[in-house]
Amino acid sequence: MNAELTRIGAIVWKDLTAERRTKANFNAVVFLAGLILLLFGFAIGTEQASMQPIAGGVIWLTVLFSGTLSFNRSYEQELENGALEMLLLYPGDRRSLFVGKLLANLLFVLLVEVVMLPTAALLYNLPIWTFLAPLSVVLLLGTIGFVTLGTFYAAMASRLRAREVMLPLLLFPMLVPLLVGAVQATGGILNGDIMGSTWWWVRFLFVFDVIFFVAALFAFEYVIED
Amino acid sequence: MVTENGMTPRPSLRIERATPAAVAAEGLARRFGRRWVLRGIDLTVEAGQIVALTGRNGSGKTTLLRLVASVLRPTRGTVSVFGFDTRREGAEVRPLVGLLGHSAGLYDDLTAGENLVFAQRMAGRRADGALISAVLDRVGLAPFEFERVRGFSAGMRRRLGLARLLLRPPRLLLLDEPYASFDEDGIDVVNAFATEIRAQGGAVLLSTHDLSRAALVLDRRLHIVDGQIVESSELRGPTLAGGRA
Repeated sequence: MNAELTRIGAIVWKDLTAERRTKANFNAVVFLAGLILLLFGFAIGTEQASMQPIAGGVIWLTVLFSGTLSFNRSYEQELENGALEMLLLYPGDRRSLFVGKLLANLLFVLLVEVVMLPTAALLYNLPIWTFLAPLSVVLLLGTIGFVTLGTFYAAMASRLRAREVMLPLLLFPMLVPLLVGAVQATGGILNGDIMGSTWWWVRFLFVFDVIFFVAALFAFEYVIED
Repeated sequence: MVTENGMTPRPSLRIERATPAAVAAEGLARRFGRRWVLRGIDLTVEAGQIVALTGRNGSGKTTLLRLVASVLRPTRGTVSVFGFDTRREGAEVRPLVGLLGHSAGLYDDLTAGENLVFAQRMAGRRADGALISAVLDRVGLAPFEFERVRGFSAGMRRRLGLARLLLRPPRLLLLDEPYASFDEDGIDVVNAFATEIRAQGGAVLLSTHDLSRAALVLDRRLHIVDGQIVESSELRGPTLAGGRA
């Protein structure tokens, strides 16, 4: 168990160290997130009355589109110098690779959200500070589900030729239930409905996360091998 | 010991477990798309042997090494390492195997030392700075321990890949074109490492186009043509000097 924790820690450390040194991925993803928020603003209008009911959808679509970029990059660095093959050769449980990649991606996407959410609040005049605690819970649960599936499908796509195109094609349909749940919960909170149907959606997100984490954990070894 | 296709006696599983060969392949075949790269390889490499795979580009040498390493799944047939089936018992195979492939599998944005720290931690161990310095010194990269790999030449990358293997010497060493990109010193380090593995009861399977480099250490040569072993010859190192695949 200790050896597996060491392996998981090694992957998180390696991914974040490489990212910290280049910042190429983080800058690109944050820039894309800002751009998407702006484009939604132009398309829908930034008046509070028109924006507030759909703010949840805008936030989560921004997370989805920008976060998907980071998943591709996460495996790209493994493919660059044949490092993925070396990763597969290390002793121990290959599920540690998945958990390590998942944690690194989770920290990365959460960091992007820390920048993206205040930007959205500023652009669309959203009351995020009033509901920060429940909003954080929904964001965390939604992001865990998103990153779990993203990490899993990015591993699968890494074995395909047109991986940049294939990842969204594989990932987005699977994210529909998560997207519905996260949008409903976020929208409910921003509209002040914390204890009503929002609570049901929060529990739905939790169950989604558990089911797909366990499924991805056990299927990972089969998709990562060539 | 007979290795030509179809001629290898097939011992029972019980006998294999009692005296397992370092590598035992039966009817091993692999297809990429519609192209069969390997077409039924029967192969035995005993512990204490250094065996070279020779053959033209695309003959299947690298694919065979990757199958033995358990990073590729066979389309047909089986391959075992010290008695463990690579498909069903990959977790037992991986601690026994070390592979130096065409690409060294390094991370450009980490330093040489950090790449080795990562390798140690991925092996489930704590980072050992003294050992890392020692192996970097052995491959001639000690002055570059704190430099990022991005600026390394192809030869330096191969040396660092070799240093990673030296951290945890495997029982079965797989070397894909180990003499490519190396200067004379590097070749000496490769050959010394291979003979150490053999002396410790392990085995080495390497692919090469240049037998003269491996001449002093080789025990056997297997020649592959179009995914099949067509020739097997017992060798005694010095007699091979100057020979080519």
